[in-house]
Amino acid sequence: MLLEVESVDSFYGDFQALFGVSVGIADGETLAVIGANGAGKSTLLATIAGLLQPRAGQLRFDGLPLGRIPAHRRVRLGIALVPEGRRIFPSLTVDENLRVGARVGRSGVWTRDRIYELFPLLQPIAGRPGSVLSGGEQQAVAIGRALMSNPRLLLLDELSLGLAPIVIQALYARIDEIVREGTTVVLVEQDVGRALATADSAYCLLEGRVSLHGAAASMTREQVADAYFGGVRT
Amino acid sequence: MVWVNAVVQGALVGGLYALFAAGLSLVFGVMRLVNLAHGDLAILAAYLAVLLADHEGLSPWLSLLVVVPAMAAAGFVLQFAVLNFTLDSGLAPLLATFGLAVIVQNALQEGFTANVRGLNAGSIATRSIRVTNEISIGWLPLLTLVAAFVLLGGLQLGLQHSSLGRALRATSDDQRAAQLVGIDNRRLYGIAMAISLGTAAVAGIFLGMRTTFDPYAGPVRLIFAFEAVIIGGLGSLWGTLLGGIVLGVAQGVGDQVNPGWGVLAGHLVFLAVLLVRPTGLLGKAAPA
Repeated sequence: MLLEVESVDSFYGDFQALFGVSVGIADGETLAVIGANGAGKSTLLATIAGLLQPRAGQLRFDGLPLGRIPAHRRVRLGIALVPEGRRIFPSLTVDENLRVGARVGRSGVWTRDRIYELFPLLQPIAGRPGSVLSGGEQQAVAIGRALMSNPRLLLLDELSLGLAPIVIQALYARIDEIVREGTTVVLVEQDVGRALATADSAYCLLEGRVSLHGAAASMTREQVADAYFGGVRT
Repeated sequence: MVWVNAVVQGALVGGLYALFAAGLSLVFGVMRLVNLAHGDLAILAAYLAVLLADHEGLSPWLSLLVVVPAMAAAGFVLQFAVLNFTLDSGLAPLLATFGLAVIVQNALQEGFTANVRGLNAGSIATRSIRVTNEISIGWLPLLTLVAAFVLLGGLQLGLQHSSLGRALRATSDDQRAAQLVGIDNRRLYGIAMAISLGTAAVAGIFLGMRTTFDPYAGPVRLIFAFEAVIIGGLGSLWGTLLGGIVLGVAQGVGDQVNPGWGVLAGHLVFLAVLLVRPTGLLGKAAPA
């Protein structure tokens, strides 16, 4: 297992968002985390990335207990998060956004040249500030910035949010390429069909608890609907 | 000709204001921290130079080599030991730096008495370049302006083109996203404060060479520095230099109209800029 999440409880202030969540991710695997709004998907990613410290349970990355290691040091270990809403740096140019992503100095296949190869649309706008990019361009920069740290584990939060279908299509084609380089990917996605089609295995969260997990291909529509909505079928 | 002279002398004074404002501008830009002790810390640096002059016979120019690194180190420690703990909580940084200002002022009075002091810059303090019969430019004011230009220009270039500069700008944009690219924002804030107090030390020593100071000279310097930052525009270091010069010129011209109106004229120009162009002369428009 590359990452083991064991019975984790996470809170925002007094609000508990995760209840004893356990997730395992094998090296090289692509994992989808699905669930309704507010089910705790983004919380799970924030907890793995170290933006949120769980109050109970533990995480192990390649056998190493993550304990209270802060987010910026987890990047050094090889965990990179592409946050919801992209959050690229608006006053930095596209190129500078990529460069700042390489600050941790992890070496690997991903270089700026490789990123421009992966996302040719970034090449002509390399000098443009982050504040004037379209949603699709921003998402490409955000993924590129995360890849520049050559992560072993790439966490993708709501890639498709607010993007046109054709842009989403193009982005997912790129994700396949990233997976082929051997990067382990965790995918949080509203679009269940796309998530299950991309992933090897999947976890469904319901109100902060794991309601279903298994191989993505083996999940039936009924199982997913039950796990997604809590078995209340009409 | 007297008016031209007022403008020239004002611009030269503006160099000193810009030196004071540089560190204030940087720290606000990077971590949104308003350091109310900035002026007092600059005065503290001037007193350190006094100590070195009294006990080691060091000229203020040479004392820069000691005082600037010392203040930079103190800035890093201050940020790590105190200010980093206040950043997430609204008023706390203001209160902490205000408290620090009071402590510095009183400690200086305790240690050095309330007597005014000065720093002897040597013969350069009285030498000047004669431009016309009515205008002459003092070497020291000129050097101050050059120092401000080099310092602010250097900081601006560093921010634009170095890896550290990119990290500082990224953190200024979005400190949570900065953590996600592996930036340790607390360490970075320490570095920013170190640079800030290093520049404050330069400002304090130049001030001490040009005029006298006492333990309570800081707050007035802080106000001028604030005005320079706001006139120039938040987030732009070239703007801060320009703001310092505009403020200096306003004061110079005001003094020419009526001795004693200088400071008032500076405040009026500051208010006018706030009214007409709230983002400052070179400031970016606030993001929507």
